[in-house]
Amino acid sequence: MKVYGMPYSTCTVRVLTTLAEKDEEGYEIVPIDLQVGAHKSPEFLKLQPFGAIPVLQDGNLTLFESRAIARYVAEKFEGKGTALFGKTVEERALVNQWLEVESHSFNPLIEPLVVQLVFAPMRGKEPVESVVKDHTYKLEKLLDIYEAHLSENKYLAGDFFSLADLSHIPYAFYLINVAKKGAPFTSRKHVNAWWEDISSRPAWKKVAALALTKE
Amino acid sequence: MASLKVYGKTYSTNVTRVLTTLAEKNVDDYQMVPIDLLTGANKTPEYLKLQPFGQIPAFQDGDFTLYESRAIARYISDKYEGQGTALSGNTEREKALVNQWLEVESQNYNPCAGKIVFECVFAQILAGRPTDEAVVKEQLEKLEKILDVYEARLTHHKYLAGDFFSLADLAHIPVTNNLINVAKKGELFSSRKHLNAWWEDISSRPSWQKVLQIIQAGQQQK
Repeated sequence: MKVYGMPYSTCTVRVLTTLAEKDEEGYEIVPIDLQVGAHKSPEFLKLQPFGAIPVLQDGNLTLFESRAIARYVAEKFEGKGTALFGKTVEERALVNQWLEVESHSFNPLIEPLVVQLVFAPMRGKEPVESVVKDHTYKLEKLLDIYEAHLSENKYLAGDFFSLADLSHIPYAFYLINVAKKGAPFTSRKHVNAWWEDISSRPAWKKVAALALTKE
Repeated sequence: MASLKVYGKTYSTNVTRVLTTLAEKNVDDYQMVPIDLLTGANKTPEYLKLQPFGQIPAFQDGDFTLYESRAIARYISDKYEGQGTALSGNTEREKALVNQWLEVESQNYNPCAGKIVFECVFAQILAGRPTDEAVVKEQLEKLEKILDVYEARLTHHKYLAGDFFSLADLAHIPVTNNLINVAKKGELFSSRKHLNAWWEDISSRPSWQKVLQIIQAGQQQK
């Protein structure tokens, strides 16, 4: 198996963390250096026509979109590591529900924040204050709903850790631990407890160490 | 009394995504419970207990409640696995490709197409303001590039995940219908041969035709 991407890229990290949760180490990272535009080379576009990382190659299957890759890994290695989709049909449905919430409600708010607060400065640009303010405000309102939910559920899909929780980690990590702008999370009791819990998992710690050293 | 309930209104593409999935699985025995965004019915304490983000649709199967249209569609596809159209692929590889193109729809297609439809069709009614043409222009530029990738894909495959219709194709139908038939951006499709053929194919499926009738009936009931 090959993972094309960069250890510091949020979406690559989503895949690496899933592999780690499944105790799967049988893969190679093929670096695709965004700084030199490697993700737009003709060779790479053959693998990923939208020119984005990561890409997974497993035998003759080439797969892109980190959440689809994560699902594939979770299913392929179903018998080992952490069960990432719960046990019952209903638990699985709730994992899917919160994966969609992450995709459609959480990600569109936190990604621009991380771009402004972490990636723009890395490229020598100033954060656009209006974007930061607007998205922070909306993220706070979203996390109010998470707070209420997590005051009654240990994890998003219920009392078990799942891919839905994992999917939130990469961008939350960049906002909280790299940009040091984690107040929306840390100021909410149950969101904070949830974050402390999921970010202290061994699989995540392993991947985070890799992400930080290669930045 | 049907044990399946779909909460929402048929003007919502997220709701019709669920209705189309039900139709593909030959599931007729469900009840639509109107939740009209225009009256704020999605913000009542009762509704927020079902869907805490105040969005439509919400879905109930007996006393199991679920939201997010693509999660509901997956649930229906799994629950009714033995009947109607197989929507999720048969092999590990096919399933993976269905998931990949569902993500492309979610991350690339829907944000662009959805913004264009919102600006051209809903801005006035839902946000009380005219179309922001700058947003439309920006999103159209992005969408053109995305659709070029779709065209290349569909040149070699009849459907997105391969040679079989799947949830990945289905997920595109409601917003594309609005984009072409309501926002009148059909040129995006008619100018791309294989994309156009794909759209003609998937939009002529009996499931979508049935949902179009439900939408029309809903419009007449107002």
